[in-house]
Formats: sequence, C-alpha cells, structure tokens
Amino acid sequence: MKIESDPLVPVEQRYQPGDRVKVRKAYPLGHIRTPFYIRGHSGVIERVCGAFGNPEELAQQRSGDPKQPLYRVRFLQKEVWPDYKGSAEDVLEVEIFQHWLE
Amino acid sequence: MKDGGNYQPYSYFQLMEVSLRELLVEKGIVTEAQVAEEVEAMRRRTPEIGAKVVARAWSDAAYKRKLLEDGSRACQDLGIEVAALKLVVVENTPDTHNVVVCTLCSCYPRMLLGIPPEWYKSRSYRSRTVSEPRAVLSEFGLRIDEKTKIRVHDSTADMRYLVLPMRPAGTEGWSEDKLASIVTRDCMIGVAVPKPH
Repeated sequence: MKIESDPLVPVEQRYQPGDRVKVRKAYPLGHIRTPFYIRGHSGVIERVCGAFGNPEELAQQRSGDPKQPLYRVRFLQKEVWPDYKGSAEDVLEVEIFQHWLE
Repeated sequence: MKDGGNYQPYSYFQLMEVSLRELLVEKGIVTEAQVAEEVEAMRRRTPEIGAKVVARAWSDAAYKRKLLEDGSRACQDLGIEVAALKLVVVENTPDTHNVVVCTLCSCYPRMLLGIPPEWYKSRSYRSRTVSEPRAVLSEFGLRIDEKTKIRVHDSTADMRYLVLPMRPAGTEGWSEDKLASIVTRDCMIGVAVPKPH
C-alpha cells in the first residue's frame, strides 16, 4: 500500500546544529534562493530556523507545501573563496533550505 | 517638488505604478485610502525603532538575552510589529564583528530600520560583502582588527537580521534615549560602530 504524504505536514528535519552538510551543486531554472556562489560548498549547521514554504513553489503561485526546514549554514570564508583576504576564522552564514543540502 | 512646477512626463516605473494602482482601485480590490495608509506606515518605519531595541538591550541584561534568543518576541515586547518574519539578532563582541547583506535582492529588517539605503541594494555591496568584507568595511571607514573574526550574514530566505553593536565605553549611566541617539542605521547593518558624542 502506498502511503501518501500529507502536504500540510512539513518535511521532516534531517539535520541538527553542528552537522556537516554540503550544498547541492545543481543549476535548475526558476526562482532559487540558494546563491550560486555557495553551491557545491561544505559547511556546518549553525541553527535550525523552522519550516517555511518552499520559495521555488511559491514563485510559481503554488502553495509552497509541504514546508521545508530552513537552516543557517556556516561556511569558512577561506574554503569558499580560495584567495580570500582576512582571518582564517572569518565565516559566512547563509540560509539554505533542506532540499538543497546533502 | 524639485521641478519647480514644470511638466515632467512619468518615468516607466511611475507609469506602471499609477496604472496598476488605478486598476486595483477601479476593480474594488483596494481603496485609495488603503494605499495612502500603507505608504504612511512605510514612512513611519525608521532606524529609530531599531535603535530603541538596541538601547534597551544595552540597559537590560535579561532583555538582551531574550532578544538574542528570539528577536521577534523581544520586539513585540516593546510593541513593535514584526509580523510574519523572523528576526535574528547577532551580537558584536570583542572577538566577532557581524555584517548583514542580501546577495539575492535586498532583504532587510524594514520594520526596525525602514527602507534600505540605495547602497544596500547595489550590485557592488551585495557581491563584495560576501567575498571581501574587510575591504568593504574599510571603505565605510571601519577597520576591523585582523584578530577580530568577521561573520557575514547573507539574508537569503525568511530570516531578517539586526546587528547588536557593542555599547561603547564612556556611555555609563546614560539613559535609554541618549543611548539610542548614537545607534545609527549603519551600526545595525554592521558597516559602522556607535561612537559616543
């Protein structure tokens, strides 16, 4: 028997603060809130922000359900920009939806 | 008006705004009064609201803890409407300096700071703040010591960010109003730090 998932129940949260994650390196068309510069980079979950409507769906005038967990992911600047000028401890924090993490 | 009463044709976007607004009013979706009210509400939001929040956090340790834990709730405590969005307050310390940017558009805590400045929306600020924050800050006249860590916040989705600056030395015993007077918009974006008068 196939169990239909309820669109009103947010997608289950897969990561916890401190988990190491990698941003998917993908280039689909549409309204994507994952900046190009961070795709393919690895970071650490800084905090869980909650579950929010999927912006890629909302931009198409759809409901955005089921809601996707949103995280703040912390990246080391030196790992994102190879010629970064500044402290090795400088960080960059970006909000990323779960379906963009692996 | 700067045009001294001379006739000026509408620009493309002005024409779009007028056409859309008149159509919405004609169709009964909104009234002129509602549009005017919304514009007024937008004008009432200024960085003084954010400065009030910062001054309270500087004066009241329990409030500061609450603000860092749940920014939206702490603002509601001061009667500030933060509606559907979530406010994340990030604290500057002797070890860490925070700066906020939105590389994708111009996400900004409007309910606390009003309308964002032009430079916040510029391509140059948006692209350079994530990749060379120290150079950008020095162009604002803010030199961050090499030993101080920089934390850049890219406001890409549903959160909005407010920087809680460090309370400067020499402000001991100041009232909340006096403290608020040195907290500028730029201090709360993270491109400046407060200076006692």
